[in-house]
Amino acid sequence: MFCELNAWEAGKGPRPLDRRLFLKCALASGAALGIGGAARPAAAIPSGAATGSEDDARFVVEAKFYEKLPNRKIKCKLCPRECAVGDKERGYCGVRENRGGTYYSLVHSRVAAAHVDPIEKKPLFHYLPGTNAFSLGTAGCNVNCKFCQNWDISQSRPEEVPAQYAPPQRVAELAKQYDCPTIAYTYSEPVVFAEYVMDAADAGHAAGVRSIVVSNGYMQEESLKAAYGKMDAVKIDLKSFSESYYSKVVTGQLKPVLDSLVTLRKLGKWTEIVYLVLPTLNDSDQEFRGLAQWIKANLGPDVPLHFTQFHPEYLLKNLPITPVPTLERAKAIADAEGLHYVYIGNVPGHPAQNTYCPKCRKMLVERVGFTASKVLIRKNCCPFCQQPIPGVWHA
Amino acid sequence: MSTERSSRRDFLRASLPGAALLWTGGVAGSLATVEPVAAESGAAAGRSRVVVARDEQLRGAGASPASSIDSNRVLALLDRAMQALFGQEHPLAPVDAWRRLVHPGERVGLKVNTLGGRGISTNVQLVAAICERLQQAGVKPADIVIWDRDTGELERAGFHLAMGGDRVQCFGTDRVGYEVELSAYGSVGSLLSKILTQRCGALINLPVLKDHDGAGVTIALKNMYGVIHNPNKYHPNGCNPYVADVNMLPEIRSRMRLTICDATTAMYEGGPGYKPEHSWNANALLVSTDPVALDSTGWQMIERKRAEKGLKTLTAEKRAPSYIVTAADADHRLGTNDPRKISVVEV
Repeated sequence: MFCELNAWEAGKGPRPLDRRLFLKCALASGAALGIGGAARPAAAIPSGAATGSEDDARFVVEAKFYEKLPNRKIKCKLCPRECAVGDKERGYCGVRENRGGTYYSLVHSRVAAAHVDPIEKKPLFHYLPGTNAFSLGTAGCNVNCKFCQNWDISQSRPEEVPAQYAPPQRVAELAKQYDCPTIAYTYSEPVVFAEYVMDAADAGHAAGVRSIVVSNGYMQEESLKAAYGKMDAVKIDLKSFSESYYSKVVTGQLKPVLDSLVTLRKLGKWTEIVYLVLPTLNDSDQEFRGLAQWIKANLGPDVPLHFTQFHPEYLLKNLPITPVPTLERAKAIADAEGLHYVYIGNVPGHPAQNTYCPKCRKMLVERVGFTASKVLIRKNCCPFCQQPIPGVWHA
Repeated sequence: MSTERSSRRDFLRASLPGAALLWTGGVAGSLATVEPVAAESGAAAGRSRVVVARDEQLRGAGASPASSIDSNRVLALLDRAMQALFGQEHPLAPVDAWRRLVHPGERVGLKVNTLGGRGISTNVQLVAAICERLQQAGVKPADIVIWDRDTGELERAGFHLAMGGDRVQCFGTDRVGYEVELSAYGSVGSLLSKILTQRCGALINLPVLKDHDGAGVTIALKNMYGVIHNPNKYHPNGCNPYVADVNMLPEIRSRMRLTICDATTAMYEGGPGYKPEHSWNANALLVSTDPVALDSTGWQMIERKRAEKGLKTLTAEKRAPSYIVTAADADHRLGTNDPRKISVVEV
């Protein structure tokens, strides 16, 4: 039985992941474990919702990024929010709790969603095209995007979401078992399960499996370096180029995300950027132009930029689907500003899903849906004009 | 009568470990007459009434601060408070005050606050007294549900899990979960406890009186954070305007009938977690149909205690509970925070 992976990345496109479907599939298929290789990865994670307090203890580890304060309070240093959390309280993310003055993550190895996804669905277009990523996420998020596609896990506390126990070693084993060269931390917001990300990445690397992360980048520099320093590639959701939008629609801040992008650049991490275009909210020419100019000036022209289509969800059901001409306008502006790899996402069959050589303009990677149907790049170069094409094209 | 007695015993056995069996014969009386729900409902009445009922002997003469409250005395205190709230013009028997609030056949939820464990949670004895009066007012035991977010927290506060049967029910949202459709108002979008939506026709809010490091104070309005699935999202900016918006969710606002704040033990600093060093025995109940007026009154009680202890005001500490102002504004109208429109009645 196959859990339909009609999923688009969290907050980055239409219908990402149906948690209920996932769980139904996972739990239903759990009985099939051990009877052969037919079980899908979600099912391969030991089944059984973890709801009891005894089970909960398995998922609790001391947080890595915080300061202790007087009177059993703590200050979280994971993200720019810097939650000051009193005893018995949780941070904004809902998955970190102060217990007697010590701060704990409640979601280590507590997987609320897992699938095998094409890496193009992250989307990462310049990183191991045509491969699958063993993809997982826990409950929780450090922002509250009003358009979130996965709000039922990202905006929930862990005890509200059925989950399965998947320690790092097991994740690495599953990735190999399902022929995935990468583990992807995704669906909700990996910032909030950073300790698990770090441990799973270590386990994966020891087993020869790489790690990639799909994140909002809303993180402090130190935690970013520690956690995403272990990643082999990163996809950042740059949700807008406006502080006002970040404040009103995302409940976060733009500046720290831009800082994170620059830090990732300095760390040498392969990075791609997704910009979800919401009609009337972040779709002005001025914003597209400012975004493209900033990327070119601070990250260079070769960073792939994906303009993706919004579908109404969560608290923004009153907005229409992003018109394709709006996405084409965004791409035209970014192209004109000199970015080399500007894509249109969540619009199946659109020619701007393909990769073209910025020099000779010939098509180098053809994509159909989430499948890279044709990859012509050879030795990291265009086979027609020998122009170097940035990315990691082969394992 | 026999049913009420039996249910009362069942409730005590199920939910009140160690509590003395309490029977106040003769007050149940006839259930034939159902009074209309009290007209005094927050700002609509023009002037809101907050009853502060005190009993310095609530724990018995010479009792230690940590000792439990006396069941008989808390019932008497509750009666005084309810009579003062609903019988200001014509004296009422205690059960008649409740008949103005609930109707036979209604399903009544008692939303307690148990985050603070046994140190500072809604007292089991107070809840037992309320259940007693509700049953005498014609509400079936099984139609009463004592609830909070988490069953484990309820148990740590001294309640016993009770699901099913004819007895008073007691369990957390963790046992039944949240609705799958969002409820939204203003800045808030949340899933609501199925206990609220499926088990409560009427809601009685039973908060405690506490300082809160982020919100300033947590009393009636903020206790509704225990109804939603994502309270962690609504703590920035001193919980403003989120607390007011949560209370505006139609499923909450339409059910809310009364707040009885358990201020037998209260905290003036260091909340919301229990800090015995910052607690005092206020030996009081605050009762009102206007949660904003009640919160304003409770806030001032905390401020007076802070002044007595030489602490700065919450305003000086930049954590005044501004959500109370928001709750009273033209977009919310959940009650009044205007001292000129609040009658504080001490009994």
